[in-house]
Amino acid sequence: MAAPQSILRNVIWLDQPMDLLIDQGTIMGLVPVDQGREITPLERDMDGQGAWLLPSLIDAHVHLREPGQEYKETIATGLQAALGGGFGQVMCMANTDPVNDHAQVTEYILETAMKTHPMGPRVRPVGALTKGLAGKELAPMAELARAGCVAFSNDGVPVGDNDLFRRSMEYAADLGLKVIDHCEDPTLSGHGVMNEGVLSGQLGLKGSPWVAETLHVARDIMLAEYLNIPVHLAHISCKESVEQILVAKEKGLPVTAETCAHYLVWDETMVQGYNFLAKVHPPLRTREDVMALRRAVKEGVIDILVTDHAPHADFEKETTMDEAPNGISGLDTALSLYASLVRDKVLTREDIVTRCALRPAEIFNLEVNRFAPGNRADFVLFDPDHAWIVEPSTMLSKGKNTPCMGTTLLGKVIAHYLKGQLAYTL
Amino acid sequence: MQWNHKDLLDIDQLNREEIGYVFQVADRFVEVNKRPVKKVPVLKGKSVVLFFAEPSTRTKTSFDIAGKRLSADTFSLTKTGSSLQKGETLKDTALTLQAMSPDAIVLRHWSSGAASFLAQRLECSIINAGDGRHAHPSQALLDGFTLRQVWGDDFGGKTVLILGDIAHSRVARSDIRLLTMLGAKVRLCAPRTLLPSGVRTWPVTVGHDLAKACRGVDAIICLRLQLERQKAGLLPDLREYAKTYGLNDSHLEKAAPDVRIMHPGPINRGIEISSALADAPGSLVLDQVTSGVAVRMALLYLYLTRTISV
Ligand SMILES: [Zn+2]
Repeated sequence: MAAPQSILRNVIWLDQPMDLLIDQGTIMGLVPVDQGREITPLERDMDGQGAWLLPSLIDAHVHLREPGQEYKETIATGLQAALGGGFGQVMCMANTDPVNDHAQVTEYILETAMKTHPMGPRVRPVGALTKGLAGKELAPMAELARAGCVAFSNDGVPVGDNDLFRRSMEYAADLGLKVIDHCEDPTLSGHGVMNEGVLSGQLGLKGSPWVAETLHVARDIMLAEYLNIPVHLAHISCKESVEQILVAKEKGLPVTAETCAHYLVWDETMVQGYNFLAKVHPPLRTREDVMALRRAVKEGVIDILVTDHAPHADFEKETTMDEAPNGISGLDTALSLYASLVRDKVLTREDIVTRCALRPAEIFNLEVNRFAPGNRADFVLFDPDHAWIVEPSTMLSKGKNTPCMGTTLLGKVIAHYLKGQLAYTL
Repeated sequence: MQWNHKDLLDIDQLNREEIGYVFQVADRFVEVNKRPVKKVPVLKGKSVVLFFAEPSTRTKTSFDIAGKRLSADTFSLTKTGSSLQKGETLKDTALTLQAMSPDAIVLRHWSSGAASFLAQRLECSIINAGDGRHAHPSQALLDGFTLRQVWGDDFGGKTVLILGDIAHSRVARSDIRLLTMLGAKVRLCAPRTLLPSGVRTWPVTVGHDLAKACRGVDAIICLRLQLERQKAGLLPDLREYAKTYGLNDSHLEKAAPDVRIMHPGPINRGIEISSALADAPGSLVLDQVTSGVAVRMALLYLYLTRTISV
């Protein structure tokens, strides 16, 4: 082995203390800690002090708001939040203004990201499935793919037309790219602002029932089976959807799924007192759903974890449940929330690596650091004991809309390296 | 009794004793309202903003009269025809209202939770005059007060049927809380499409057959049916609704002999209730209106002269 350029000593990889050897922005090796190891001369010799070592994470579902709604978030602020949150690649949804349904928008997103964050994180645009997300005509998916889109989705605006949805899966398959579906039957969900159930009845809020989601989960699974074309199911929120996905996987169907930090941590009782910060789409569901989702993530029925980062301006969110827009700003807090699940023995560090990096890379065919020699040295150092208060000044995203605003979380990214270079430090 | 509540958002903020006290104070104002000069100076110099973001002539007039009879200055703001119209956020509305330094705001809003939103942000008292489908506490108090005038203080052993569109009704939600707190049994009757989700967990019995539901009841509260429910696919048509869930004479034969009939108004005659029944001797519909002024006087009095500010 040639001499590495630098060494990062004493970091916890999965459950082992390790030393990480890096050269010219690539991994040379990840080897058990050896106090006596002498590698000289080194440009840098750093002590990781027992922080968790993670590959730079992939968030397959974010909203960056630019172009069009820069007052909520810009590509620059969104990527900064990603960097600080431990994400080296983010897949941004198409519901910008204009919608990302033609190459110029894709190019604009990629160029703006390059300009503001030349070292990364990388933005991986998700193109619109239908023109203007209107659910009427297919978007020019080949053009979007050529411009750099890595998947297609009508996220936020579910496609009610089953035949059109089928055609979109077929067309995307020719391009070798996946369709990500926001599963919701819009005729059943109506304009629900929280989970339909006992609590919505008490609060007098319009509810959105789980069956609105699960019906489209079932539709997509059947189409995937019938067409033998993969489909990826976005932000799964309830037990019944998990049951459908489990059956699909047992049959060996090409179905993958994601859920979000917020569905694993909070339930519908968060909206008590008409808490607009807990209004999200699909809604937070019951404790039973939370427990089912946790099991599904653990067992791999849910393949990946995403944030569905949905920043909004305070003046929009701060109103009644009916009027507040849907969404939680998630990039800043996701990893801390996952770490809380590790602390509670719901997940392991390995689960985080798998669900937030390795699996998303497989599903969307993205590069990822597996700490194998020759991999890009994109990695995160995470201090699980670092306590921080979630407040506007500690969040890098412009969107301060999170139900954990004002609370103390444990665990924070203390450094984020991209290509072996320090791109972010706390 | 010291009144130390800042806001009236829903009935569940009050205990039974406090509700009794509201009724006692309202009794005094019933007497005032019978005088040739129906005005007392107890709230002189106090200002009450009537902010009705959703139209309601009835409740607004009732609060307006209540305020004026107590010598408070009342100011009306409506969503239309004011600066509050064009895309202004509820937060800005709150700040605008605050800047007027009222002593109380009587709020009607189409959104559940709007009253608690303002209450958390403003120093003055917020009296919820109906927020979305959530709560309408002054209506519940006047319903309870009206029945108390007939039954006295003992609601135990009484059964009240609430009939109609429970799902969308803030009146029903507040009435159920109040009546069960006072010791009455509550029964609901509606097609399933007009029942709220989770109603089986409520402290009520639920049925879909009106004739059965009327059996032995001491009072029937008919709810107003918003006619657009049919277009929303919750009902086949109004004629069928009237035939199946409209209250008529035949139902009353099943009820207790001196059954009372109530309706928060305005009535769709011939739909929720036959026209004759609305005017029948057992009807308390006009008593509710009269009680409404006295109860709202009591509320304004208590909330505007509260001794402890929270
Ligand atoms: Zn979505």
